[in-house]
Amino acid sequence: MTDVREKRATEAVQSKAFKRKKTPHPIWYAVAGAVLVAALTHYLPPFRNYQLATVGAYFTVTAGLTVLTGLNGQLSLGHGALMATGAYTFALAQNRWLALPLSFAAALLVTTLAGVVIGLAAARLRGPYLAGLTLAVAVVVPSVTSTFDDTFNSDMGLSIALDPPPGAVAMEQWQAWLCWTGALITALLLAVLVRGRFGRDLRAVRDDETAARLAGVHVARTQVLAFVVSAACAGLSGALFAVLAQSVSPGAFPLTLSLFLVMAIVIGGLGRLAGALCGAVLLVALPALAQTAGERSGSQRLEGNLALVIFGVVLVVVMLAAPGGLASLRLSTIFRRKR
Amino acid sequence: MDRFFYLTFDGLSRGAVYAAFALALVLIWRAARIVNFAQGAMAVAAVYVAYSVTGATGSYWLGFAAALVFGLLLGIAVEKAVMRFVDHSSPLNGVVVALGLVLITQGVLGMVYGNEYRPVTTPFRRDAFDVGGIALLSRYDVFVFAAVGAVVVALTLLFTRTAAGLRMRAAAFAPDVSRLLGVPVGGMLTLGWALAAAVGSLAGMLVVPTELGLHPTAMDVVFVSAFTAAVVGGLDSPIGAVTGGLIVGLLLSYVSGYLGATVAPMAVLLLLVVVLLGRPGGLFSSSKARLA
Repeated sequence: MTDVREKRATEAVQSKAFKRKKTPHPIWYAVAGAVLVAALTHYLPPFRNYQLATVGAYFTVTAGLTVLTGLNGQLSLGHGALMATGAYTFALAQNRWLALPLSFAAALLVTTLAGVVIGLAAARLRGPYLAGLTLAVAVVVPSVTSTFDDTFNSDMGLSIALDPPPGAVAMEQWQAWLCWTGALITALLLAVLVRGRFGRDLRAVRDDETAARLAGVHVARTQVLAFVVSAACAGLSGALFAVLAQSVSPGAFPLTLSLFLVMAIVIGGLGRLAGALCGAVLLVALPALAQTAGERSGSQRLEGNLALVIFGVVLVVVMLAAPGGLASLRLSTIFRRKR
Repeated sequence: MDRFFYLTFDGLSRGAVYAAFALALVLIWRAARIVNFAQGAMAVAAVYVAYSVTGATGSYWLGFAAALVFGLLLGIAVEKAVMRFVDHSSPLNGVVVALGLVLITQGVLGMVYGNEYRPVTTPFRRDAFDVGGIALLSRYDVFVFAAVGAVVVALTLLFTRTAAGLRMRAAAFAPDVSRLLGVPVGGMLTLGWALAAAVGSLAGMLVVPTELGLHPTAMDVVFVSAFTAAVVGGLDSPIGAVTGGLIVGLLLSYVSGYLGATVAPMAVLLLLVVVLLGRPGGLFSSSKARLA
């Protein structure tokens, strides 16, 4: 009798102390997102659908990267290269077999393997060393495509044969559906993964490796797994970009792409999927705005470069003023904390 | 065999530049525990300044001096305006801020100068002397060796023989104690950044004519090579940086000479992976482990 009562009491205390505000299961967000995207694609003009699709493709990679960097503390500058891996694999598979699901599977598989290789190395490196290694991976892409040019066709890249979309669906609409299917599945899986034990392990390893090890967390395995998961997301995203552009070339995956991805996850708050979505939207919206501004002023040099400067300034300012991202900024904290 | 000698000297000349650039990275790492990922972009900015000054005055040397002075000032500005305020609780923060600086620099350079490759002039001819029928060194290579040698000697003297050098070492080694003893630690940090940025600018001036030409992203690959050089030698060791630079230079030269130029970045990546996994502290490290 007393046992049960005591147990109940401790449970009540525990649930108060450990359970935060209950949030809806991520699947409801995914369903809401799917409905929203389906509705939007119905009403938007083709170009806006294309932009919507691009947001989805970016969200796929930023979601994975924010889990890796924000929750596990590994900064990768090589995700552009992993996207290129996914895109090239998709292109080669698609041109050979012309079966969309198979090509996506191939892209995922190959990038996951690449993620295992880099992740194994990454698990032994920290901070700037890891950043430097992944930077080297990002820079090596054009070199690989030119060295094995009979497969990758050097700087020219490959064009991709896509079947026309089923029924009377417009191409842009089809692309938006594909990209957002990928993005929502990715985000859902990540959200479920992060809510559970894996997410706790990730954070434990990020915050204190020794403490995590003492608590029975396998540090290296957690780090490699985090990298592999995030690499798979990058690979899927790369394949989606290949569907969007219907071609792949090394020029589509420059070093700046990897830096943009870092910007995207930092601005919305590291480790938050909502932040990754916010970053993905900015990655599409800001260059478009900058281009309009450039066209207005009639300066060609402004067009591409204005976005670079804005992204750079945003990155520096957010890191200095609000390392938790824009989502962490609340008026009360600004006024309370005097710097 | 002729080719081997030629590639060796070519590699040493490249390596000297990487050594200078790696030295710049090591200087900042020792002073602030930050790997300055913006080093390449800052160096390109300095080379663009030299390009403008040389274009306006017609004198290479005025441009050369302008690049070094601009590098010095840019180093001071970056440290005083940005890096000083970075939260060091996570080593990621410094890297991310530096990446932001890369984007800003490349964007501004692209706006001002445009994103096309621009040819740059050299003060000396780049065709090699013949020694006994073997093409070995060009005048430009000699200039590179002299410039980098001068920098190495000057930095060694600065750090081992002058009061300012001693203060800089003290400020880096034990900031709190140094502050108690009256060393202006913040000022030493700024000085470190200024020196490093100037050395980086010099390396940029030396390397850009040997590559494709001047472009806002011209130093990306060079940065990776120099980072590799610094890691090979150990980020803490200036002597290691110079040796690492020469090793990377030779490797790049042999690989591009015998296997093709496109393979070179992959060779650098491979070297980086091998060194990081085999001896993460670098070949010249004194400390056993380094976590951040």
